[in-house]
Formats: sequence, structure tokens, C-alpha cells
Amino acid sequence: MDKPILDIIEVAKIYGGNEILKSISLQVKEGDTVVLIGPSGTGKSTLLRCINLLTRIDRGRILLGDQEITAPAVNEDKVRQQIGMVFQDFLLFNHLTALDNVMIAPIRVKKMSKAAAREKALYELERVGLKDKAGNYPGQLSGGQKQRVAIARALAMDPRIMLFDEPTSALDPELIGEVLEVMRKLALEGMTMVCVTHEMGFAREVATNIVFMEKGLIVEQGSPDKMFNHPEFPRTREFLWKITELYGKHDQDKAAG
Amino acid sequence: MEWLTYLVTYRNEFLQGTILTLKLVGVGLLGGFGLGLIAALLRVYGGKVGRWIAIGYIELFRGTPLLVQLFLIYFGLPDMGITLERMTAAYIALTLNSGAYQAEYLRGAIQAIGSGQMMAARAVGMTRFQAIRHIILPQALRMVIPAWSNEPISLIKASAVAYLIAVPDLMNQAKIIAGKLYDPIGVYFAVAIIYLAIVFVVTWLLGLVERRVAIPGLELETQRTH
Repeated sequence: MDKPILDIIEVAKIYGGNEILKSISLQVKEGDTVVLIGPSGTGKSTLLRCINLLTRIDRGRILLGDQEITAPAVNEDKVRQQIGMVFQDFLLFNHLTALDNVMIAPIRVKKMSKAAAREKALYELERVGLKDKAGNYPGQLSGGQKQRVAIARALAMDPRIMLFDEPTSALDPELIGEVLEVMRKLALEGMTMVCVTHEMGFAREVATNIVFMEKGLIVEQGSPDKMFNHPEFPRTREFLWKITELYGKHDQDKAAG
Repeated sequence: MEWLTYLVTYRNEFLQGTILTLKLVGVGLLGGFGLGLIAALLRVYGGKVGRWIAIGYIELFRGTPLLVQLFLIYFGLPDMGITLERMTAAYIALTLNSGAYQAEYLRGAIQAIGSGQMMAARAVGMTRFQAIRHIILPQALRMVIPAWSNEPISLIKASAVAYLIAVPDLMNQAKIIAGKLYDPIGVYFAVAIIYLAIVFVVTWLLGLVERRVAIPGLELETQRTH
């Protein structure tokens, strides 16, 4: 019944003799929002890249639904079509308007007709609140708007799961809110999401599961309540305290005011 | 001011020479673009073997004089049983030579687009080929224009070597006319003016193209980040 949509089994990744991921096992159920936290250089982003096969794993297996996507004969392009990815630095296609950024994959990859792709793209842009910016090029958008277009671009492929790699880390503070708002809405609509983020307000409010990683291993995972209020490991408590102090300030201010 | 009179008097010869020179440049530029694009893509995306094939080609043709390449193709190949027309030999030499330079311009632009764009394209499910075709090249070809603009200009001038295998290009016409008039300086000066005029027109056209295909907001962005 509660079969996971994403099943990561003892995955390891080695870069030049360095074990970035030692042995990661993690299950994500349909509709979950999993937030990955941990010090930088811990392998959180690497794990996301392993999931959508942008990086090849050295040991272990990853299953998406019933399919073992890390099996040798798998068509990687077909797998990636089912996994949406949002990058820290947006990576919009700079030569295309917002609308074309969202349309191009449905047209070229799914072979959708131009008219259908256009309709789909406008719908996705509306979902992220940017229908009126459809004709703008990336160079004419703010960072927050770029990231929302990037989310729409990923959504246009109707992914089974969305990966967010520090989606707000490159944004000015006043632009973070609009991106988190879109992510919050997606989570509420039941999208399955795996997010690497330092936004503890978002994690506390939206996550079904918070995973604390350190040095290529999962130290501890659990509900926001467990992780924030009574973590098992002192390292978890220490890290969460520090990160909340650093990044969570404006969340607390908002709660207070 | 004799050169002006020469230009008028021998306008037919000069015109024929100019047309031939433009043909040499046109073929060299287009053929070189195709060849250069393949070499650049091989160099960036072709893996170890592709990269070394591309580097070998590029270094060979950038590292030797165009004149030597032309002589080897026109005078050397017959020894191996391949005899070429003058024009064909000139076309091939200019294409191979220009391709090597264009490959390097294009490689620079492709690498400047960055691996991020490729990663983003793969992440939405595109194949490597689709990503190159729809994401990397449209940006790289725009970005390459300012640097690449050197290539037509240098090729216009370099094409003059074809006269050494008796191709009747602009340079060759000049030599013939100079012989008739016993005034090489005046005639070569006239030819210099024609080359200059061609280069001027080509430069102007390229500027037009560059503005025409510019991406709104993009230069804004580069200015902001630098």
C-alpha cells in the first residue's frame, strides 16, 4: 500500500578517492516533502544529482516506482523526463522567453504540438504566478521570477517527483518568499518533493520528513516536530540550532510580529 | 590619383576578379563553418578520440602557412593520383584552413555557454544531441559573432594567395593589369581600395546581424555580473 515512489538503497558516490556519499538509504512516499539538511559539502546536492542520473552512483540502487533507474540498460533520458529538477542558479535557457523556456521540453522531448505545449506552458506559468511575464527573456526577470519560471519549466513535463537544489540560496532575501510560496503551494497540491534547503521556516511548516545528513551519511531523520523539538542526536540539535540562528531569523521575526 | 582612372578603365577585369575573390571567400567561409562546427563539437563533446581528432586537425591547419597547404593540395596531391582544378584546390585549402580557425572561435563560445545549460537541458529529459541543437548552439552562435567577425575579414585577405596557383582572383587581375600599365604601385593601390571596401561592407553587415539576433536583456545581465 505505502510503497515508496522513490527508494534509495545503500547508495555511495566516490569522487577522486573521496567518498562523498558513503551509504545512503532513504525512502520517499508519494506526496511527501522531504527536506535534506546538513553542513555544506555533505553530499546533499550530489544525492539529488544521483537521483536524476546527472551523476552516476558507484554503489547501491535507486528505484523510481517499480523501475530500477540505476540499472545499466536504463534509458536515462526517459528517466529524467519523470523527474523535475530546480537548480540553485536557475539555469534558464537564456536565448528563450519565459514561455519558450517552459514550452521547449514538451515540444522537443514529448513531441507535443506547439499549440498544446503553449497552453500547457501558460498554465504552468500561471501556477507560479508569472503568466504576465511569458514574453520576457531571462535577462529581463528578477532572480525570484527566474526561479519560478524554472519551476514551471520542470512542472511542464508532469514529473512524478520534483528535486530542489538550494532553490533560494542565490536569491536576495526579499525574493526568497515568492519562491518558497510556490513550493509550499506545490507541496499542498500533493507533489512529491525532495528539497535541499536552509530555509528552516519552510522545513518546519511544509516538510513531512526532515533528513539530517553529515559527511556522506544520514545521521537522523524524522518529522519536523521530532527533529526540531526532541532530536535523538546532539549533532542534530546543534546543527538545527545553528542553522535556525543563521537563516531562520526572519521567520522568527515574522512569527513574533 | 591614377588609381581612380585604373578602376574605371579596367572595371570589367576588377569586377571579375572581385567576384572570384568573393566566391573563394564565400566557399571557404561556409565550408569552413561546417567543418569548424563539427571540429568544435568533437573537441568539446566528442570524448577522448573525438577531442584528439579535432585537436590534430585544428593544430595542423593553424600551425602551417595557408600557402604551404595550398601548394601541397594543388601540386602535391597529383603525386598521389589526385589532380584537382585550380579553383577546387583553392576552395579546399581555404575551407580546411578557415575551418581550423572557426573551430576555435566556436569552441570558445560553446565553452562559455557553460556546462550548466547542458545540465539543465538534460534535466528536462533532452538527449545530448537535442541539448546541443536546441540549447547550446543557439546561444553559442550568437555569442561567437563578435570574435568570429575576424574570420571573414582575414579570409578576404588570405584568399589572395590563390593567385599563386594562377586562380584569376582580384590579386591576379591586378598583376595582369600592372604588367600592361607598367605601374604596379598605382594598380596595387587600386586593389587595396577594393579589398578595403569589401571588408568595410562585410563588417557593416556583421554588425547588423549581431544587433538583429541579440537577446533582449542579456547584455544587461553580463554587465551586471561583471
